[in-house]
Amino acid sequence: MRAQAWTSFVVATACGLSLIDGPALRAAGTPKALTRAELLWLDRATFGVDNATVTTYQQLGREKLLEQQLRPIAADPPALRSALAELSISGMSAEARVIANRAEQQRINGLTDEPSKQAARQLLNQAANQAIYETSKRHLLRAVTSPSQLREQMTWFWMNHFSVFSGKANLRWTIAEYEEAIRSHAFDRFSELVMATVTSPAMLEYLDNAQSATGKINENYARELMELHTLGVSGGPSGSTYTQQDVQELARTLTGAGVNFTGQPPRLNPKLQPLYVKRGAFEFNPARHDPGAKTVLGHTFQPGGLDEIQAAVEMLCRQPAAARFVSRKMATYFLSDDPPRAIVDRMVRTFQRTDGSIAAVLKTMFLDREVLAMMSAKTPPEKFKDPMVFVISSLRLAYEGKVLTNYRPVVSWLQQLGEPLYGRVTPDGYALTEAAWTSSGQIVKRFEIARAIGGGNAGLFNNEDNTPGPAVGFPMIGSRFFFERIEPALSAKAREALGATASQQEWNTMLLASPDWMQR
Amino acid sequence: MALSRRDMLRLGVVGLAHPLLPMRGIVSQVFAAPGAADAKFLLVFLRGGYDAANVIIPIGSSAYYELRPTLAIPKPNPSDPLSAISLAGPTDAAVWGMHPALKSMVPLWQSGQLAFVPFAGSEDLTRSHFETQDSVEGGLPIAKPGTPQGAAPQGYGSGFLNRLASALDGTAAPVSFTDGLPVVMSGGISVPNVSLKGTAKAPFDDRQVGILSRMYAGTRFEPLIAEGFDLRKTVAEQADAIAKGDAGVAMSAEMIAANRNAITAKGFELEARRMAGLMRDKYNVGFIDVGGWDTHVNQGNAQGQLANLLTSLSQGLAGFADQMGAAWKQTVVVVISEFGRTFKENGTRGTDHGHGSAYWVMGGAIRGGRIVGEQVAVEPKTLNQNRDFPVLTEYRALLGGIFKRMYQLDPNRIEQVFPNSVPADLDLV
Repeated sequence: MRAQAWTSFVVATACGLSLIDGPALRAAGTPKALTRAELLWLDRATFGVDNATVTTYQQLGREKLLEQQLRPIAADPPALRSALAELSISGMSAEARVIANRAEQQRINGLTDEPSKQAARQLLNQAANQAIYETSKRHLLRAVTSPSQLREQMTWFWMNHFSVFSGKANLRWTIAEYEEAIRSHAFDRFSELVMATVTSPAMLEYLDNAQSATGKINENYARELMELHTLGVSGGPSGSTYTQQDVQELARTLTGAGVNFTGQPPRLNPKLQPLYVKRGAFEFNPARHDPGAKTVLGHTFQPGGLDEIQAAVEMLCRQPAAARFVSRKMATYFLSDDPPRAIVDRMVRTFQRTDGSIAAVLKTMFLDREVLAMMSAKTPPEKFKDPMVFVISSLRLAYEGKVLTNYRPVVSWLQQLGEPLYGRVTPDGYALTEAAWTSSGQIVKRFEIARAIGGGNAGLFNNEDNTPGPAVGFPMIGSRFFFERIEPALSAKAREALGATASQQEWNTMLLASPDWMQR
Repeated sequence: MALSRRDMLRLGVVGLAHPLLPMRGIVSQVFAAPGAADAKFLLVFLRGGYDAANVIIPIGSSAYYELRPTLAIPKPNPSDPLSAISLAGPTDAAVWGMHPALKSMVPLWQSGQLAFVPFAGSEDLTRSHFETQDSVEGGLPIAKPGTPQGAAPQGYGSGFLNRLASALDGTAAPVSFTDGLPVVMSGGISVPNVSLKGTAKAPFDDRQVGILSRMYAGTRFEPLIAEGFDLRKTVAEQADAIAKGDAGVAMSAEMIAANRNAITAKGFELEARRMAGLMRDKYNVGFIDVGGWDTHVNQGNAQGQLANLLTSLSQGLAGFADQMGAAWKQTVVVVISEFGRTFKENGTRGTDHGHGSAYWVMGGAIRGGRIVGEQVAVEPKTLNQNRDFPVLTEYRALLGGIFKRMYQLDPNRIEQVFPNSVPADLDLV
């Protein structure tokens, strides 16, 4: 049965393109097929085109589709909703998780019997690993199946921009909540997004601000907040020019923003009490806050608690360097490794006009005339897929409409390709340009992953305990969708390769391993 | 037969790369001085900042025993296997000892094939893992604190081993034994990478490799395909040979014995033996990193967390030396870390981020069996900022001096590898 499908594909390839362009495949009343430029555009607005996104595009057109993508968080479709509801991370706050973990840790320390101590420790470790796996699974489920494809891409993009590492401090318990905060602000004003990270326990612990206090300053977060999160490196292409003095002053401003996992508020001088803020495990403790005035980039901030931090963040986000730094980074992710200056300039103007509306900047970019012209050009700009886009686009192509149950293989692939979720140790996030992903070892690894996906034996439909799930078999990528959307744009070399394959699985593998598929 | 990237360079095949994109790995075809050609260099990076003070131990320092009440290793005592191993010569006062977990290093030390350089490290004082690792791997001069970064310095964005490979004018065959390409190997020259933790051959037969290669012909990735498959194939063959006790070369009785050991080798030793197989036959500039050294909590003393790491590391390095066979004579291995740790133990029976470290230099023909480089008595007043070992031998000067001797590099070449650095002549090679 399957062999037959594969054979008919070979015949079709041998006949060339006439079949695809001919009327035979297009029944009466079928909506107009997307042009190559439209498909390319849609391939960037999503983690990879599939039938569902093409159909939506046909119904709405480019602008309406984009508007729909930029809307506030919509309800998930039922299959995704029930898959998410099964995750235990959905049920408990980060604060409650850390408190429970600490209590268990204490109980274990008090155990006298060595074997039961070890067993308890092992269980606790397993729970921690499970929390991170489930957080990854949630991210991947959304990336593969959510109709809000642009939001999911921006969630990855911002998680990378405000990168944190799950191995540090309590982050394995707090990242799930951190990601929700970022996802919910993914299209909002940039300063709102930054504030969401400034008030997140994960970020405050990761960059050590939770340890910073008046008289015991830790500059780590202040430096990265300017260099990596808002302005770009001083002296760099964004035009950023902060000094070490600015870093120190901002560090003083940020004091007091920290975490509290004790469940108990601190005892405060009654005068300071009104400035105290606690949201979940986030705490602004005025007793730890530097009480003097601070001057950052020439702006003086009078002591004012959390509002003072907010004012400093807004000041940073209104700097021209921030508009340039953030706009160029988005263009680099979506358009090309070296995005055209004129396009970035138009994004910068929108950023400044709208006080940093991310939705508006994305709209400017996705509807920019030069961008659309680039997509229609004879040789459209190539963007090498980073491991995340490579893996997710492959899964979307191979398994549209099927519910993947076990994401452990996917987590492992991203690890093997050097881009695990929440696994970047350094705060700079993963590189968005090709050079980081094209060492020879990584390319051959991609071929192996193409084979794992194309061969259908990766265990993606297994149960969570890795017992076999329903028999799904290998994907049938050579479908009508492939003929209509992908085949016409393939290079002659890729077509030749597909023609030389000996089975459907091998055909799948070669398509996903082709140089064409490595780029979008 | 698959062509390696280097073969293809010779054949000029890379000329087919994408015309609009910078081509990778265009190496000039001038050959370096003879004699340097057989030299082999391996850099081992201990990520996390290993606790040098408990490895190359200042057993002559009373402060060491006072400030490390639970971590200190007892002074050498031949009847106590948990005491330090003496590094003193027959007439020297006992100043330094070695952690007992390094017992597999004793033969190398005694035969003069291992030296230690205490008070070594980077001038970077951030005590941040990633900043110091990146800056060490970059190997560039450090900007003065407080000055914003101006124009990108020469060599910015590349690592010093990549620049070394470039300075060797086409005789270098660099390789990184890692999953991705680390900063130290990044730059203008294309460096293949493969982790030796697994050694499975890529799961494609010759026909499939043919299809994949043809599909990539003429793209900018073309040279990488052959390089990638080639390395994976070589790794699989080497692993196979080691497992069978047949390294593919005429073996001395000593080597047969060595290979018999390899069959039972596990973990890092197995990885290191595989690495040696590849470096002996095919590559001459290598890199590997070993993690787990960030011992803030319960690091242990003669036994425990750090001791376990050291056992595995030293068995691996001894295995590497052994597996290199005759090529060990031309090989230099340097073990470094981003920084040392606090001299005083902390409140959780561990140590925090410090400054000066101790580097290891090994090789079949080095002048070892000694403690090398400038030294001070270890006491509170000589500590950096009253908490860590100072840095008296800067890593760029140390490595620059080693490279200069190994490869007879002229000052221009040294400048290319380590800008603004004066090589230290420690007479090691």
